[in-house]
Amino acid sequence: MAGIIEVRGLSKTFVTKDADVEALQGIDLSIQAGDIYGIIGMSGAGKSTLVRCLNFLERPTSGTVEIEGRDLSTLSETELRAKRAEIAMIFQHFNLLMQKNVVDNICFPLLYGGVSKKNGGTGGGMSRKAARQRAMELLEIVDMTEKANAYPAQLSGGQKQRVAIARALAVNPKILLCDEATSALDPQTTQSILRLLKQINREYGITIVIITHEMSVVREICSHVAIIGNGHLVEQGRVSDIFAHPKTKEAKELIVKGKGEERRTLESHQRDLMKGKCCIRIAFSVNSSFEPVIANMVLRFGQPINILRADTKNVEGIARGEMILSLPDDVQMQEDMKAYLTQRGLAVEEVDGYVD
Amino acid sequence: MWTSEMTLMMWDGIKETLFMTLLSTLFGYILGMPIGIALAVTDKSGIRPNAVVYKILDVIANIIRSVPFLILLILIMPLTKLIVGRSYGTAATVVPLTIAAAPFIGRMIESSLNEVDRGVIEAAQSMGVSTINIIVRVLLVEARTSILVGVTIALGTILGYSAMAGIVGGGGLGDIAMRYGYYRYESEIMLVAVVLLVILVQIFQTIGMKMSVKLDRRKR
Repeated sequence: MAGIIEVRGLSKTFVTKDADVEALQGIDLSIQAGDIYGIIGMSGAGKSTLVRCLNFLERPTSGTVEIEGRDLSTLSETELRAKRAEIAMIFQHFNLLMQKNVVDNICFPLLYGGVSKKNGGTGGGMSRKAARQRAMELLEIVDMTEKANAYPAQLSGGQKQRVAIARALAVNPKILLCDEATSALDPQTTQSILRLLKQINREYGITIVIITHEMSVVREICSHVAIIGNGHLVEQGRVSDIFAHPKTKEAKELIVKGKGEERRTLESHQRDLMKGKCCIRIAFSVNSSFEPVIANMVLRFGQPINILRADTKNVEGIARGEMILSLPDDVQMQEDMKAYLTQRGLAVEEVDGYVD
Repeated sequence: MWTSEMTLMMWDGIKETLFMTLLSTLFGYILGMPIGIALAVTDKSGIRPNAVVYKILDVIANIIRSVPFLILLILIMPLTKLIVGRSYGTAATVVPLTIAAAPFIGRMIESSLNEVDRGVIEAAQSMGVSTINIIVRVLLVEARTSILVGVTIALGTILGYSAMAGIVGGGGLGDIAMRYGYYRYESEIMLVAVVLLVILVQIFQTIGMKMSVKLDRRKR
């Protein structure tokens, strides 16, 4: 089945004074309507160029980009502008108008954007009143109504991205391109933005293309992924398959790198598990690694404990084990267990939320 | 000694100076704004790169800017006569002042527009906004603060140029200072004229900066 986005043999060469730089070579992609499609690669791999080729902000040197069966290179200037109203985009640095407040930013594409008949005429040329009303609806979707009259400089990164998402959704696009949309945000904010994107995909059926260098982003929300390395498409497929059986060196590297990122945040369900429970973090020193401490403790007290997380960390060149345990509810038992672990030379620390 | 005639003369000087400066700045922007916009837009990193248009405007702007104002004043006398009807007097100085100011204003507009974040322009392009709307609704709006600072600088510079208007009988404070201070050694009168000039520049500067800060939304 032909996808909503079909890329065939796409290459992009930048001509500079010193040399021609081949940013992309022979990229083939097929993205189905309703997918959340990740495009991942190390920085400089050419993924940002690729996403700009999808709405012709960059014209490919060769190859074709078809959106819903229309080859973008055959469109006139006006037709292309209309087409762009169906392909919204959000950016790493949000790219909001700094001199306009939140509502006016969201109204912008409604007033001046390209007009697409397919979108029921939204996008460009809307009356000011109608645009304002639509902007307020969108602010509700992204949960930012109370900031309607604030200026971007007064907002946090996550809030700015929410406004940018509202602005992107204003014209009822079919496709949303996200260029490193969470890369400038902290892990918690990233999670909330990803949840919002997922919700948008589900509720409005918008196809989302996500450019990122973070494997955790892909794993969190993408259904499919393409890995770009050095201007080539090295691997693509379902996210679950790539995670289970990465074939190429690039894929393996990204997955290993992704593991590092994961440590920074706890999965939300894991955080739920920790709620109301007595949780401790223990760190193994070199000596204690020889004795099966946890197993012995379980045998001794005859109570099961829940291991929420286990990890090894490299601290000053020495591998150190670290675990987060959820202890039984009995307070006396908790104290005994903590004493037992301390006796065995482990560092014990109570935690109520995961802090790295 | 200071007479009421002198006060009257100073008062006329202020009016002439303001007339020349404000009118020339206004016409300078009417002429220079399109030049600046065209320079920024056709630049190779602009939204509509066009090497030929850019180069032509670039060369014209540089040529006019490198001619000293005093020479320009004399060079374009025929043009001044054509436009104003005569080549002397206060109104006549507005023509050379405008022509001298336009390329300089164009350069300032160009640099103000070039300061606008590339990403914001890209966002507008990704929405399918037309080039003209990007110029009017994005570039000029986002560069507002910087453009206003430019206006302040332009006013100060044109006010300075207007001091040379005496050559063609243009009058103004600069002319008074020259005539009394240089030709007649009446340095008190010159001093008063200069102080008045300084005060005028200060007023422009203060108003311009206040406005640009007030209109800037980039602060918390």
